[in-house]
Amino acid sequence: MENTSLAHHLILAGLLFVLGLTGVLIRRNLLVVYMCLELMLAAATLALVAFSRFNRTMDGAVLVFFVITVAAAEVAVGLALIVALFRKRGTVQSDALTTLRD
Amino acid sequence: MPDGLFIFFAALTLGAALLLVVSRNAVTSAMGMILALVGVAADFFLLDAYFLGVLQVLVYAGAVMVLFLFIIMLLDTEDATGAYPWKTAALGLATFFLLAAGVLWLFHWSGAVSAVKAGTTPPELSNNPAEFVTAAKAFGRLLYTKYLLPLEIAGFLLLVALVGVVSLSKDNPESNA
Repeated sequence: MENTSLAHHLILAGLLFVLGLTGVLIRRNLLVVYMCLELMLAAATLALVAFSRFNRTMDGAVLVFFVITVAAAEVAVGLALIVALFRKRGTVQSDALTTLRD
Repeated sequence: MPDGLFIFFAALTLGAALLLVVSRNAVTSAMGMILALVGVAADFFLLDAYFLGVLQVLVYAGAVMVLFLFIIMLLDTEDATGAYPWKTAALGLATFFLLAAGVLWLFHWSGAVSAVKAGTTPPELSNNPAEFVTAAKAFGRLLYTKYLLPLEIAGFLLLVALVGVVSLSKDNPESNA
């Protein structure tokens, strides 16, 4: 804390977000794409905690609390959707799911 | 120069996230994700957000990732093997390096962030009731005063998600194509 500045934490959060975005773009397995989305969410929470700490206010930290809650609910629903999709179509590779395009 | 613990955990987080993105095996990806989330939790500890760090490990790296691993092994999907097609690799590298350069410019070279004085409350937050405290009970107090309505909405959201997941995973014979 003494030797790290706000910029260090923001750079780490930004790089994590960019890695997650890259994963969403290049991966074809829906489960991995979903994990990359979660990584972007975690990067955003890291930036929130850093702002909260360096502004000496609790609001960012409480917002992270809500983000974790929403992410847990979102993961449950998303995975249920992916399982339902797999039961119907037998695959979770996004390049095999082109019914709307064809 | 940032301190050693920050550098160590930042490198661990970024390396694990890279493993998540490039590994062709979904289980290896999930392991990378767990490690990255633990690295983020360690950074929460370095930022004095102890309660959030514990919560991150328990809820995210614990419960959520166990759910992910469970679904990955349940579906047992066949993964593509070998190197990435060059178009995908080029798209990924271009996206990453362009946006990473943007991040470094915005937070480092532009000098906008380093101009912010650390540890001072900005004037527009001067009569904010939420002063930064490391103790977990500050969360409880805020959740039942300033953030009471969001807390109740979050509880309702969890209920909606619960009902939604149950109805999604029920076998509906009429919708079978």
